[in-house]
Amino acid sequence: MAYVAVKGGERAIEAAHAWLAECRRGDPAVAELGLPQIAGQLGRAVDRVMAEGSLYDPELAALAIKQAQGDLVEAAFLLRAYRTTLPRFAASLPVRTERMALRRRISAIFKDLPGGQVLGPTTDYTHRLLDFALAAEAPPPPPAARAEAPAPGREPVPSVAQLLRAEGLLQSEPVAAAPDPGDLTRAPLAYPPARDLRLQALARGDEGFLLGLGYSTQRGYGGSHPFVGELRTGAVSVEIVPPELGFAVDIGEITLTECQMVNQFAGSKTQPAQFTSGYGLAFGHADRRAMAMALVDRALRAGELGEETGAPAQDAEFVLSHADNVESTGFVEHLKLPHYVDFQSEIENVRRLRAARADAPAVAAAPAAAAEAAE
Amino acid sequence: MKGYNFAYLDEQTKRMIRRAILKAVAIPGHQIPFGAREMPLPYGWGTGGIQVTAAILGADDVLKVIDQGADDTTNAVSIRRFFAATAGVRTTTRTAEASVIQTRHRIPETPLTEAQILVYQVPQPEPLYRLEPSRSETTQMHALADYGAMHVKLYEDIARWGQVAISYDYPVMVAGRYLTSPSPIPAFDNPKLHRMPALQLFGAGREKRIYAIPPYTDVRSLDFDDHPFAPPHARGACALCGATDAYLDEVVIDDRGRRMFVCSDTDHCATRRDAGHLGAEGVAP
Repeated sequence: MAYVAVKGGERAIEAAHAWLAECRRGDPAVAELGLPQIAGQLGRAVDRVMAEGSLYDPELAALAIKQAQGDLVEAAFLLRAYRTTLPRFAASLPVRTERMALRRRISAIFKDLPGGQVLGPTTDYTHRLLDFALAAEAPPPPPAARAEAPAPGREPVPSVAQLLRAEGLLQSEPVAAAPDPGDLTRAPLAYPPARDLRLQALARGDEGFLLGLGYSTQRGYGGSHPFVGELRTGAVSVEIVPPELGFAVDIGEITLTECQMVNQFAGSKTQPAQFTSGYGLAFGHADRRAMAMALVDRALRAGELGEETGAPAQDAEFVLSHADNVESTGFVEHLKLPHYVDFQSEIENVRRLRAARADAPAVAAAPAAAAEAAE
Repeated sequence: MKGYNFAYLDEQTKRMIRRAILKAVAIPGHQIPFGAREMPLPYGWGTGGIQVTAAILGADDVLKVIDQGADDTTNAVSIRRFFAATAGVRTTTRTAEASVIQTRHRIPETPLTEAQILVYQVPQPEPLYRLEPSRSETTQMHALADYGAMHVKLYEDIARWGQVAISYDYPVMVAGRYLTSPSPIPAFDNPKLHRMPALQLFGAGREKRIYAIPPYTDVRSLDFDDHPFAPPHARGACALCGATDAYLDEVVIDDRGRRMFVCSDTDHCATRRDAGHLGAEGVAP
C-alpha cells in the first residue's frame, strides 16, 4: 500500500477560508448585519472588544465582531493586530473623570452625596425574564426621563475618593515620578512591574479572568474588604498637547466606566488606620469589568501595603502573565497545530520505558514526564 | 503587499529586534527580552520566529519554512504565504537553496552552512519552567548559573527509570554557560546543534524573548559522566526513500494497527528519492 502524502495544505487553507466566509454570512435569505446595528444594538459587546482590543473605536470593534462571527476574544485579537500597525503621535493628558458627562454615577457607601446618585441605563434592577416582545420587531420605546447630566467642562462632580481624602480617611495615591507612563505593548513587562503597567495590563485583560480573580478575593483568597466607593459612566474629553502648539487641545471624547473601590486597611507601624483604594477603568459601559479590575488592582497592592500575600490574585507575575486573552487563546489553541514529531519521540520513549519495565518488574510505573503536555 | 512595509514590520520595530538579536549573539544561550509586537497570526503559531525572520530578511533572501520537518504542513504553508505576500521574497522547499529557514520542532537533516540562518519558533524559552514557574526566580537562577534543580531532575529520572525521560526539548548548555531550551525539537536533533556552521536564532513572541547560538558554538546536551546523553536512533528505514539515519514519523495505515515509517524531513526524503534511493513502498517523486 502506497503512502499518500498529505499534500495540498495550500488548497485546504483556501477552501477553509471560503467556507468560513459562507458560514459567517449565514442564510442569504436573512438580511445581513450592518455595522451601525452592531455598534448601536450590541453596545456591551463592542465595549468589551474595545477594552480587550486596547483600541477605542466603536466602528472598527463592530467590524471585528462581525468578522469574528460574534466571537469576542477573536474580535479583540483582530482589533489588536490592527492597533499594533498604527503610528503613535502623542500621549494624551490624564483624562479628568471628575468632569465626565455622567450617564450613571452610584456610590454604595453614602446614601446621598454631592452630585447625587444617578442610576442611568442599567440592568441592575431588571427582572431577568426573557422579553418575548423583543423577538418581534416593535416601534422604538418612548424616551425615558433622565437626570440632568452636566456637560463636559461644566460643574465638575468630585469623586467619593476626593471627598474621603479631604478628611484624610483615604490614602492619597502616590503620583508617579516619571511623566510618561510605561507601555507594555512596546517593552516587555519586567517583574515586579510598577502600578501604571499593572493597570494597563488589567485594563486590557480578559474580563472573565479578572472577574474570577476578583471573586476569589471576596471568598477569602486574599480578602480586602471592598466597598464600591463609586462607579461612574459617561463621556470624557481626551486632550493632547501638540509640541508645536504648547497648549492642550481637545481631540474628541470617549465613554469610560470608572470604579473606585474603598478597602479597609488596619494601618501599620508607620501609617495610621486608613482606607485604601483599588482602581478600575474600562472603555464604554462596563460595570463588571471596572469593578473586577479594581478588586484585582487592590489585591496586587497587598505587598506594598505590608499585608500578607500568597493568594493567587496577589501574585503580580501570576495575574499579569495570564490575564491577556489574546496570548492565552493563542497558546491554548496552538495545541491544534501538528505536534506529531514530538509525539513520535514520546511514543518511542514510552515504549522504551515499558520494555525496560518488562525486563525489570521492580521498577515503578511510567513517568509523569512522559505525559507532560506537548509544546 | 500594498499598505504594509517590506516583511510587514515597520523599520523601527525591525531595528529593535535586530538590537535584541545582536545582544543574543553576543551572549550565546541567554534570553534577551524584546518588545514583541502583536502579529496578525495568533500567539503560539510562530509569532516569535516570524518577527525574527521579518527582521533579518532581505530582498535577495530565499526562504524555506518547515513545521514538523515538512514544507507542506498547514502552518508552514501559512507562514510561507505570509512572507511571500508581505516581502515578495523567493521561497523554496530545498534546504540547500534556502538562505533563511524558519522551523518549528525540527532541524533539517541536510547539514547547514555558514551562508544560512536557522530561525526557530519557540513556545517556551525558559528551560527551567517545569521546575520553577516564576520567571523572576529563574532569571536569578540563570544569573547564578544555578542549574542544580535540572541536574536533580535528570538524576531522579535515572534513579526511577534507569534513563532520562525527556524525549524532546531536551535541555542544553550553550558555550558552557547558559542552560537553554533547544525548542521542542526531538532529542534526536540535539547533536546537530553542536558547532553548527549556520547561525541559529530563537524567537518566542508571547514570552517576548530572543536567544541565539552563534556559528560553531559548543552545545552540550545535559548529562552525567556515567550516563552520557544518548540520542535515540531511528528504529527502521523510511518506507519511501530507505533512509536509516533520518528522523522518522510513524504513520498508521489501516485500522488493524499496521504502521509504516517515513522521513519527517520531506525535502530530505524527496532529494534521496531523486538520487535513486527507494524504500520498500517508495516511488520516484
